[in-house]
Amino acid sequence: MNSKLKILYNGIVTENPTFVLMLGMCPTLGTTGSAMTGMSMGLATMGVLICSNVVISLIKNLIPAKVRIPAYIVVIATFVSVLQLVMEAYLPALNTLLGIFIPLIVVNCILLGRAEAFASRHGVFDSCLDGIGIGLGFTIALTILGAVREILGTGRIFGAEIFPETYGSLIFVLAPGAFIALGLLIALFTKLRGARC
Amino acid sequence: MKSTLMNMVLSLGIITIVAAALLAGVYTLTEKPIKEAALNKQIEAISAVTPQFNNDPVAEAIDITPDGETTPLKVFPAKQDGKLVGAAVESYSLAGFSGEIRLIYGFDSEGNITGYEVMSHAETPGLGAKMDEWFRSPEGNRSVIGLNPSSTPNGLAVKKDNGDVDAITAATITSRAFLDALNRASKAYTKLQEQNK
Repeated sequence: MNSKLKILYNGIVTENPTFVLMLGMCPTLGTTGSAMTGMSMGLATMGVLICSNVVISLIKNLIPAKVRIPAYIVVIATFVSVLQLVMEAYLPALNTLLGIFIPLIVVNCILLGRAEAFASRHGVFDSCLDGIGIGLGFTIALTILGAVREILGTGRIFGAEIFPETYGSLIFVLAPGAFIALGLLIALFTKLRGARC
Repeated sequence: MKSTLMNMVLSLGIITIVAAALLAGVYTLTEKPIKEAALNKQIEAISAVTPQFNNDPVAEAIDITPDGETTPLKVFPAKQDGKLVGAAVESYSLAGFSGEIRLIYGFDSEGNITGYEVMSHAETPGLGAKMDEWFRSPEGNRSVIGLNPSSTPNGLAVKKDNGDVDAITAATITSRAFLDALNRASKAYTKLQEQNK
């Protein structure tokens, strides 16, 4: 396989941040009450991840090894703050919906993990691709989890009714259902990947 | 790169200065749109809940402290050709299931409820969060639209508390908080009417 495509595939399937690396579980469980919020959270994280990966791979040779982690965190935190300001200004409804989970992207392990494991060792273009791949993997995972919880919980998907809400099981919208649905999805994904754990 | 005190201080210093400059720039750019977005949200909520008006309720907003309370509420008077036709009252309740809930209620010139909008809350999704729709639904005695809280001495109450309003299924606490905020708003509005006599 083409090495560039492989980076993308790696982020979406082989090292899917949610189903394989199991990083960033807090926003994964917290924002997937519906498919829409899950997808928005995934896209927001992807935006920050691409920017931070690119910048970190650009400045990787200028940072002394002992202070690289604080330097990465400053870069990530800056992009998160920019994202939050922009969302507050132009997408206020979405910002209210995701609330505290936007500033919490700073402490999402996926970002620091990719900075340390990939962007600090690869070129700008590859790091950008890795950001897109991992970001897409995260977005897809959150959208699927959100959709599953929304259908089982309220009978809707992206707000469109599939069956009446009375037949839905509320537990899937609440926290316990998030764990149950995520566990089952991880099992399914592992089986489909053909991995043996 | 080998770490020395000098290059660690320099690199971290430069990164934080650049980050600060970038943030300051974005903040300046988004400051105005953020304020406008917040104002728009408020104006939208006010026009959604009050009768027709042709003044500027936000500019004419006044703080009114209901009798027996210490925190003032923001009251947005709706006037048609200088005559008070109603008002929107931004109210709150601390009696909710998790944290403060904030709502905007609209009243007509007789003190009847013309509408409400939920501004912010942290109630349980699928249960208490239903208040967004529940209290305007025509089913049973759910709707509070058209009722007049100032006509009874203790205001509106849920059926469990010998009142007339149907509480949200499995979310009586949220329903009480909703009516608590509503009665508080109504008290402030009565005071505004007295001042305008």
